[in-house]
Amino acid sequence: MNPLERAGARPGPAFTVTFDGRPVRALPGQTVAAVLWAAGVTSWRATRGEGRPRGVFCGIGVCFDCLVTVNDRPNQRACLVPVRPGDVIGTQEGTGHAGADHEGADDGGDSRAG
Amino acid sequence: MRGQTTRERTTGETVVQAELVVIGAGPAGLAASLAASARGARVVLIDAATETGGQFYRQPAAGLGAGRPEALHHQWRTWERLRDGLAASAVRVLTDHHVWCVERASGGFTVHALLGPEQEQPAETHARAVLLATGGYEHVLPFPGWTLPGVVTAGGAQAMLKGQLVVPGHRAVVAGTGPLLLPVATGLAAAGVEVAALVESTGPGRLARHARALTGKLPEGAGHAARLLRHRVPVLTRHTVVRAHGDTRLTGVTVAALDTAGRVRPGTERQVPCDTLAVGHGMLPHTDLAEGLGCGLDGLAVAVDAEQRTDVPGVWAAGESTGIGGAALALAEGHIAGCSAAAHLRGTVPGPAPAAFKARTKLRSSAAALDAAYAPPAHWPEQVTDDTVVCRCEEVTAGAVRDALDLGAGDERTVKLLTRAGMGWCQGRMCQTAVAGLTGCPPAPSRRSFARPVPLGVLARHHTQEELS
Repeated sequence: MNPLERAGARPGPAFTVTFDGRPVRALPGQTVAAVLWAAGVTSWRATRGEGRPRGVFCGIGVCFDCLVTVNDRPNQRACLVPVRPGDVIGTQEGTGHAGADHEGADDGGDSRAG
Repeated sequence: MRGQTTRERTTGETVVQAELVVIGAGPAGLAASLAASARGARVVLIDAATETGGQFYRQPAAGLGAGRPEALHHQWRTWERLRDGLAASAVRVLTDHHVWCVERASGGFTVHALLGPEQEQPAETHARAVLLATGGYEHVLPFPGWTLPGVVTAGGAQAMLKGQLVVPGHRAVVAGTGPLLLPVATGLAAAGVEVAALVESTGPGRLARHARALTGKLPEGAGHAARLLRHRVPVLTRHTVVRAHGDTRLTGVTVAALDTAGRVRPGTERQVPCDTLAVGHGMLPHTDLAEGLGCGLDGLAVAVDAEQRTDVPGVWAAGESTGIGGAALALAEGHIAGCSAAAHLRGTVPGPAPAAFKARTKLRSSAAALDAAYAPPAHWPEQVTDDTVVCRCEEVTAGAVRDALDLGAGDERTVKLLTRAGMGWCQGRMCQTAVAGLTGCPPAPSRRSFARPVPLGVLARHHTQEELS
């Protein structure tokens, strides 16, 4: 029995987001990570050094392995960020700021102390 | 809410006033809030999640409309009692608050948080006393292939299942050591995942040696064993996963037997195909906020006295942050801490339920026995090849750590300076104990200024306000 059935889930109407340009079905209340897992996707980041694929590891916001770009904002933790209809989710390459120099603007998505 | 005020600063920052602020809405924080509130304290309960419950009672997201969330949980009745108690209480609950720092201020404390998933909007709570119920997170030791997508922490698999009603694949291996592996294996199996094996590095003999302290845990263990049987999950004790295989995602693991000393027995390796590995080696306490306040530690946990007071006046701690012991112990400690904090604020005597002291004594003793019985294999560093990534954020390999040792590094800090291990996003939370293990020294408490990343703009604004005031 799948987990939705097992928990007797009656989610609100499904909606669509995109992942790397292709449409993906999402349910209200799901995080980016849950939407991608449900679609059979387990990796959505290429590491800065080796370009290796990564996805969810800790699942609770501690490890930062599941970083992803959502609506042009890089470095969002997929396990914490809820999806909204029409969200544009993209595989994050490295720091996710590769294009920032050309655009001459950096939204400060990872200008964080920590 | 009685006597509580919320006001907006000109900067748009929300400011809340309370007598006692409880940080963390898991079992310890809920029990503490209810006890303190029932004894007349004005309590604000803060949590990062959108729902209360913490990791143990993690609730499915509201939008998923789960009609039978109890199907994924244990001890649901206790949760219902806590949830209903909270709804009937005067406790003010602030969810979606990510606390990054607790600061001592005149007459009390200021709790600094960031709001919602974007974590850019600051919020402050002022209180005379603070109760830290920050819980713990999973401890995972590195092995070749552990960074492959499809390898998740056992607790992470559990969190995604309970909170999001999703599973990562079709065929899973659950591995590592510790009591958490049992509910994770049965939970995944009940949710339709084929669990190819539960691989536990501890042998039955080690559990038997601690049998007396664990008698209270026997019914729980028997229940899990029955569910494993029902789902036909093969259990391999005194075995370990030595390698995860795959190129861009997990395709299988190599499992091997361990000898009594905790070394892999040559010739026992065999491959198990799977698309998911849920792995964990126990838990570590979250102590960042306590350390920021200057609270003393006992090993890697916050040190507390008989009333759950830390050595900083006005600061209490309860649950996994004071030592890993499970939800029932967290409830007992939370109750005792909440009573003590309320008595401090009201000038009365704490008067917690005597059963809470009794439960705490018994459960601490079984937690110590579990901890001793479920230690990771003693020789785990021997399985970590030089090309194995140890620090997942900075992609520092075991080879680089070993090179640093050759250069004279003898502790985690020097390894960090020479290799950047522990300097990435997670600030060493995932690799710290592994680096210590490879270095051959016991893990030391980390000093982190902030418990989570903070936008520089928030810090700058904070600084400007201080200068103006």
